[in-house]
Amino acid sequence: MRRLSSALFLLGLGLLIAAIFQTMEFASVAPIAGQAINAVAAEQVGAANFVTSVVLAYRGFDTLLELTILFTAATAGGLVLGKPRAGASHDPDSGFILRAGADLFFPLLLVVGLYIILHGHLTPGGGFQGGVILASAFFIPILARPSTTMDHRRISMIEGFAGASFILIGLLAMLGGKEFLTPLLARGELGALLSAGSLPLLYIAVGLKVGSELAGLLAQLSETEASD
Amino acid sequence: MDTGLIIYTAAFGLILIGSTGIVLSTHLLRIIFGIALLEAGANLLLLLATFREGSSAPIIVDGRIPAAMADPVPQALVLTAIVIGVGILALALSLALRVQRAYGTLDIREVRQRLEQDIADEAGIELSSSSDAPHAVVSRQDGPA
Repeated sequence: MRRLSSALFLLGLGLLIAAIFQTMEFASVAPIAGQAINAVAAEQVGAANFVTSVVLAYRGFDTLLELTILFTAATAGGLVLGKPRAGASHDPDSGFILRAGADLFFPLLLVVGLYIILHGHLTPGGGFQGGVILASAFFIPILARPSTTMDHRRISMIEGFAGASFILIGLLAMLGGKEFLTPLLARGELGALLSAGSLPLLYIAVGLKVGSELAGLLAQLSETEASD
Repeated sequence: MDTGLIIYTAAFGLILIGSTGIVLSTHLLRIIFGIALLEAGANLLLLLATFREGSSAPIIVDGRIPAAMADPVPQALVLTAIVIGVGILALALSLALRVQRAYGTLDIREVRQRLEQDIADEAGIELSSSSDAPHAVVSRQDGPA
């Protein structure tokens, strides 16, 4: 019975998708907002990467809310998993290759992650992508040596500091009589590392927040799994 | 068949495969994989919907402004959606871990049955049998604790 209703639902969904399919023509949607943004973003925001302009300047408030979703997911994950029992057994250390690879990759991943965060307004990348790389830099050593634990208190500190500084930069704009999260500081020269006003600062905050949240969540997952 | 149709088929196919996994699977882990596939399809569709022939990435390199640039709005949307997807996936996996620990199984039919049994026991009422009840599982009362 359940199978039948599921199959009927899938058939309906497939037909609906096929119907939408018929009306959509490939590469024909006019990017009205996108074209407008492409025309004025270099002048208004001063970031060479227009995606960054959209993420942090034109819809910075949405980005703040998306960070909140990530924060909620990380907090709920921590809440659901709970603390590992004291004296719980751990998986044994992994083989030589993973251990040596983790040691070798840690500084490399750190540098690449920070590079991607700092150049988010110039090249493809930014706080979200760089933050994930930072998180993997801190998580791979845990995979190599499951007995090492992550300092969750320190991670929460970094996370809270990054989130607070994102909001603080937004509030500073309001102090100057502008709207929340309006880009501050001088726009600088287009394409220079120190340009686009406060956007690089915002992306550093995003990168630290995403990195610490994901690293903490992954570490918690592996710790709890090992304690069973 | 033109290229657009083929590329769209990939996105719609991922959405359909993901929904199939969510609806038809009875294993919690496969349902979570279905969610991940559905998410990938939705992201791909969002990016493809504003694809323009011959447009370059919306990035100015060395001060040269490209003639046609892609729409940065869906790219920005998908960028954040991917990271949030990872967070949601981690949360779903941690919930599945708790289910595994509490019931010893990830089969949702078994989990649902034991959940209803627990609720009925707590309320002190008889477990009402429904026509939808999975018979194969009902007979197996001595599952792993």
